[in-house]
Amino acid sequence: MLRLAKVNKYYRVGTHSLHVLRDIELEVADGEFVAIMGASGSGKSTLLNILGILDDYDSGEYWLGDTMIRNLSEKKSANYRNRFIGFVFQSFNLLPFKTALENVALPLYYQGITRRKRNQIAAQYLERVGLRDWAEHTPSEMSGGQKQRVAIARALIAKPRLILADEPTGALDSETSKQIMDLLSEIHRSGITVLVVTHDSEVAARTQRTIRLKDGKVMTPNEILASASHPGLTAVPG
Amino acid sequence: MNVGLAVVTAIKLAVALAVLYGVTRIAIVVLSQWRDVLSFDRWSEVLDTIRRNKLRTALTMISVAWGIFVLVFLLGLGNGFDNGLRSEFARDATNGIWITGAKTSIAHDGYDVGRKITFENRDYERAKSAKLPGPGGQGIEHISGQFFIRGGRFGGGEMLTKRNGKANSFQINAVHPDAIYLQAHTVVSGRFLDFVDIVQRRKSAVVGRPVVEFLFGGENPIGEWLNIAGVPFQVVGVFSDPGGAEQERQIYIPVSTAQLAFNGVDHLGMLEFTVGNANAAQTKIITDQVVAQLAERHKFDPKDPQAVRVQNNVENFERFSKLFWMISTFVVVIGLGTLAAGVVGVSNIMMIAVKERTKEIGVRKALGATPKSIVFMVIQEAVFLTGLAGLMGLSAGVALLELTNRVVHNDFVKNASIDLKVGILATLGLVIAGALAGYFPARAAARVNPIHALRDQ
Repeated sequence: MLRLAKVNKYYRVGTHSLHVLRDIELEVADGEFVAIMGASGSGKSTLLNILGILDDYDSGEYWLGDTMIRNLSEKKSANYRNRFIGFVFQSFNLLPFKTALENVALPLYYQGITRRKRNQIAAQYLERVGLRDWAEHTPSEMSGGQKQRVAIARALIAKPRLILADEPTGALDSETSKQIMDLLSEIHRSGITVLVVTHDSEVAARTQRTIRLKDGKVMTPNEILASASHPGLTAVPG
Repeated sequence: MNVGLAVVTAIKLAVALAVLYGVTRIAIVVLSQWRDVLSFDRWSEVLDTIRRNKLRTALTMISVAWGIFVLVFLLGLGNGFDNGLRSEFARDATNGIWITGAKTSIAHDGYDVGRKITFENRDYERAKSAKLPGPGGQGIEHISGQFFIRGGRFGGGEMLTKRNGKANSFQINAVHPDAIYLQAHTVVSGRFLDFVDIVQRRKSAVVGRPVVEFLFGGENPIGEWLNIAGVPFQVVGVFSDPGGAEQERQIYIPVSTAQLAFNGVDHLGMLEFTVGNANAAQTKIITDQVVAQLAERHKFDPKDPQAVRVQNNVENFERFSKLFWMISTFVVVIGLGTLAAGVVGVSNIMMIAVKERTKEIGVRKALGATPKSIVFMVIQEAVFLTGLAGLMGLSAGVALLELTNRVVHNDFVKNASIDLKVGILATLGLVIAGALAGYFPARAAARVNPIHALRDQ
């Protein structure tokens, strides 16, 4: 599905250069359900941006399917985002002045599909996330969980092959989080590759595999073991 | 002077190039998205944004509407002034010179002051040769002498005219055939006086429309006879004048006939001529030549301000034209300035709008909006706002001009209005201005980085 080989990313801060991603090697198979974990500053947001073709990288290779994603024009990357990737954000990022239905239909607007047709399709996807009766409501009239369902419906409507979810449960209570994860699992079962960035181990536990990042590097199994034993050492009562 | 001109030209060129560049860029975007321009979806997006920001929209539109309103109103008023000026001068040729004999005020060549100057037929003949120096220089175009029956111009102007028991006083002008050009008359039937009338001293008369109406009623006057101060004249033509009825209550007869019939010997009270398209300075040279000839023959000081009276329409017209041109230009500059301020205002407000909508634009880009579609969204909004506001200002301006025409009745402002061409041009200009106003905010919008826009907080 997607493969990263020796991907490096630097941020230039004044005269300094910040090495954010170091030789990232990563492979996600078709239909996998994967979590990416890491402390803040570990580079997981940057990695997600690169995977989502929102950001470019400095060296290495990123293959999405059979396409090498590198230095694409804005038009091309917009097109790939539209057709191959569905985004789910922590803060939902729905357009506040549009109804749930219009929000869900938005990606199809950029495919040039007529209003009637895309509203028809959007209604189906709203039904799939259990919000058919909320089609005409604006986001301000909905709960956090409902908003995230709308966002997921929007991510699905263009039939993407990859769903990128950035802390999808970060703004939700535990009960709602569970429902959202159920929904993501269901999407995964339907054959779509799902990648979740999270710092919540319960969320990560719902996935098939967890990739851990530390200081811009993918941690090896040994490193993970070492860091896992670390909390035990510090937990010695003082 | 030349440096100034070069700078102005350079600035004009630079502005033209900048506008051309902007328009081309926009045209490319528009043409590549022409399908979307007509699309209902696009418009509903634009109307949606406008509905969400009513106050902002209103403020933007007011600034543009005010600009175009001021421009249209001032432009129309300028036209009104111009029309007023032209109708003031429409009575006579705008390039006419009238030289009337008067009384000397400076002793000259042994003659005392207060001597009356009367021109003669040979003055008329000689004046024809006056022209600018150099081969092919502009000279006198049309010339006529005028004999004032019973001497004074105004004292003897009006004569009792009778026909079939009807009688009235009309202004009688004894002139040469070229007088028609000086008076800017139009012959509506028959003919004006001609060379044969002069040579044969025929009793021909050309009458104005009110004269026909009074003396002949509905009859065709051509070939009919009438009686002027006891002398019978045959009507050969009827004329009209743009100056109106007052200019038409007149009768023209051959100068030679009048001199004979009314005991005028070969005297002329006035010489009148036109100077083609000579400007004020050239006209002065030609006029001075004629005056110098007259001074030499009639022995008065050419610098004597009283010996002859000169009415110079070229100078007057040019002075007024220049003044009004300056007023019009000033007015247009102010109007365009106001409009430019309005357009810059639109641009500013759109820029703020783009900043406000950074997050929205980020979301749209993440979902697959191309930079082009974002650019177009913003430009379309700007064009719509400026266009609509402009049309409102245009209508208000035209309405006020109409009102002005209805309320104000004087000689200075006549038919204050702007023509259709200017209206269309203004509308077109507004669309372009709107596109330019939207261009920079649109570019800023297209450059929104979705990563920054979507970052939480």
